[in-house]
Amino acid sequence: MASLSHPYADSLARRAAFSRTLSNALIVTRREVRDSFRDWRIMSPIFLLTLVFPLLANAMTDLFITFFEENGAEPLLPALLPLLPMIVGFFPVSISLVIALETFVGEKERLSLEPLLATPLTNTELYLGKSFAAMLPPLLASYIGIAIYVGGLVFGDTQWRPPLVLVVQILVLTTVQALVMVTGAVVISSQTTSTRAANLLASFIIIPMSMLVILESIIMVQPHRRYVLWFLALGLLVTVALLVRMGARLFNREELLGRSLDQLNLRWIGRTFMQQFRGPQLRRTTPGAWYRTSVMPAVRALARPATVTVLCAATAFAGGWLAADRWPLPLDRVAVDDATLVENLQAWFELGRSNPGLILAAIGQNLRALALATMLGVFTFGVLSLIVVMLPFGLLGYILAQVAAAGLDPLPFLAGIAPHGVVEIPAILLAGAAALRLGSIITHPPAEMPAGEAWVRALADTVKIGIALVLPLIALAGMLEVAVTPRIVELVLAR
Amino acid sequence: MIETHELTKRFGDFLAVDRISLTVQPGTIFAILGPNGAGKTTTIRMLTSILAPTSGWARVAGFDVVRQPTEVRARVGVLTEQHGLYQRMKAVEYLDFFAQLYHLPPALRRRRPLELLEHFGLADALDKRLGEFSKGMQQKLALARALLHDPAVLLLDEPTSAMDPQSARLVREAIRDLQRAERTIIITTHNLTEAQMLADRIGVIRHGRIIAAGTFSELAQRFVGPPLMELHVANGLNGLADALRDQVQLVEHGSGWLRYRTANPAEDNPAILRRLLGLGVEVITLSEVSRTLEDVYLQIVREDEGHDSHGEPEPSVR
Repeated sequence: MASLSHPYADSLARRAAFSRTLSNALIVTRREVRDSFRDWRIMSPIFLLTLVFPLLANAMTDLFITFFEENGAEPLLPALLPLLPMIVGFFPVSISLVIALETFVGEKERLSLEPLLATPLTNTELYLGKSFAAMLPPLLASYIGIAIYVGGLVFGDTQWRPPLVLVVQILVLTTVQALVMVTGAVVISSQTTSTRAANLLASFIIIPMSMLVILESIIMVQPHRRYVLWFLALGLLVTVALLVRMGARLFNREELLGRSLDQLNLRWIGRTFMQQFRGPQLRRTTPGAWYRTSVMPAVRALARPATVTVLCAATAFAGGWLAADRWPLPLDRVAVDDATLVENLQAWFELGRSNPGLILAAIGQNLRALALATMLGVFTFGVLSLIVVMLPFGLLGYILAQVAAAGLDPLPFLAGIAPHGVVEIPAILLAGAAALRLGSIITHPPAEMPAGEAWVRALADTVKIGIALVLPLIALAGMLEVAVTPRIVELVLAR
Repeated sequence: MIETHELTKRFGDFLAVDRISLTVQPGTIFAILGPNGAGKTTTIRMLTSILAPTSGWARVAGFDVVRQPTEVRARVGVLTEQHGLYQRMKAVEYLDFFAQLYHLPPALRRRRPLELLEHFGLADALDKRLGEFSKGMQQKLALARALLHDPAVLLLDEPTSAMDPQSARLVREAIRDLQRAERTIIITTHNLTEAQMLADRIGVIRHGRIIAAGTFSELAQRFVGPPLMELHVANGLNGLADALRDQVQLVEHGSGWLRYRTANPAEDNPAILRRLLGLGVEVITLSEVSRTLEDVYLQIVREDEGHDSHGEPEPSVR
């Protein structure tokens, strides 16, 4: 009983549970790593890329240095030399990704998974054990490759002395890149039924990561911009966290054994979509009942993503406001008197009245932006949809801060935003929240629901909210923007 | 002990296991028979807490398969349909890996794998990689893995498939030893002879539902009728066969032999013998015509197919 009343009992129990989880996971890791190192088909390419490729890269670098020196371009060398360590570190990771891709699906194919699933290991222990095992060989290969290459430059004829921070930066980038690739591969491995499918799906990891390495290289050759690489590393770390969360959430014994075919069942997708779209009502339903029983529950499901979206929009507004200080607009040199503004607005108002197509253009523009945000969100766990939604709020903060800093009357600007903004801003936030939910639901599907079904239902909810709420609001905002807002600004300026 | 109540599993629209209720006491062997795709493996997977039931419940070794999956798996030894060993490992290394997962104490972890390998005749193959093992050897090693942590409950899928007769007998003896040691055992098999030899009770599963369950005698009585007796006489029956109809159910007869069914052989057989001997008939043999589990099983499945085609109500589960 004494232990129960111990003030740190909970903490001790948690620590013991964590230690047990880790210990069990490492049993799996040790076996897997040992097994990987016994497979010459895996080890020989890794060995070649780890040991031979850096030496080739060293030889190539020597040639480059000679060429630069002969042409009087030595000053460029400090900028160019850090490029190859990143490449040398990247190659072994991309090759040894096959280990991560094999993690679950390979065992499933070899029929050795079920005995493992029948042991007392928890899902978390199994997932962590397998993930550690998948991470270790690529990271090891990558570090050894970098060490050989950099060692060659440091101790060879070049006598390169890279700044410590640069070495750390390269190692951090290589590590987080490897982690993104491996955690992504483990997720793919747990969700496919054949190594072939897993390898094909791996292109969704390798291609974006190759593009990222190219982007990093472009930044790397501009030493004064290398600080950006830290932000990239941070972004990659967030991605790792999302992928680990997604993997742990999606990983379960049922999915691993229950799924037997990677079949695209269009009929099921269509039926599930329509079922979610219609809601619990039968086929024949009134619009009112549909809004009440289907649309409103979908809106309520947006509580968390909507909170995140609103917070991000507020942050973007504040960021825009703060950025105005650093990058001020020369508003004082743009002398536009109120009379000219009124004239411009009258012209705009007349244009809108004589050309209803302008309303459609305003609506179309907003819908295009929201559709783009939704599509980008699907491929980025909702991150890019958030960024697209944040942009106008950032701009708004920036412009209003400029107006305030220039000592101009903010009322006409607010009058130019508020009449249609009252309708448009909620529509943007609502669409942004739906896009965020759609993009991120695959990382945390509801319990007892496969990720695929959760996504199809979220898609139906997004379309439903789009049709039932966002579209009407955007249409109304478009009409207000063209027909009402200029009139109100005109009135404000004419005071 | 294993208890299930209305255990059901659906995969989307497909009903894999349909309201299975059964109880298997410690020290008994329950055989689940059924055609491929009948739901045997899914049932085993639910009892191992690998798959969660859609409805109903199951308790294995006193633990709930949904709420206490880790406890269940720690007390169950499973021989899976596909034993899938790690081909690049050696036998001791393989068993040691699982011994670690089952948290065997260090001394036992060193001793137990060797004991089991010795018991199953694999001691000579310690230096071989598992990829070099024959199918039978792999099967024996998989069984050793299932027994490694001395589990209270054993779920054995086709325990002697791919084995030579000698190895199969060895494994059957091991299973009987475990039964004597009060383990609760479920085997699923297509080998009906083996099931008849080993099982105390038998359940036939079809379309995810147990369509018949009981001891072999109960099932035989219910589905192929009372025991069938065959009598041979030396000097011909000479019309006596019809005279016996008042005592037993006469099935068929020839000049020197007859077959009859009796629900009560202990009483009817001596009475028949007394009557024949009293009439001066010389009896050569009186024996029971053996009924195999195969006959019983096929009759059960045939009847169930009949129910399917006639749309009649299906028999109760237990």
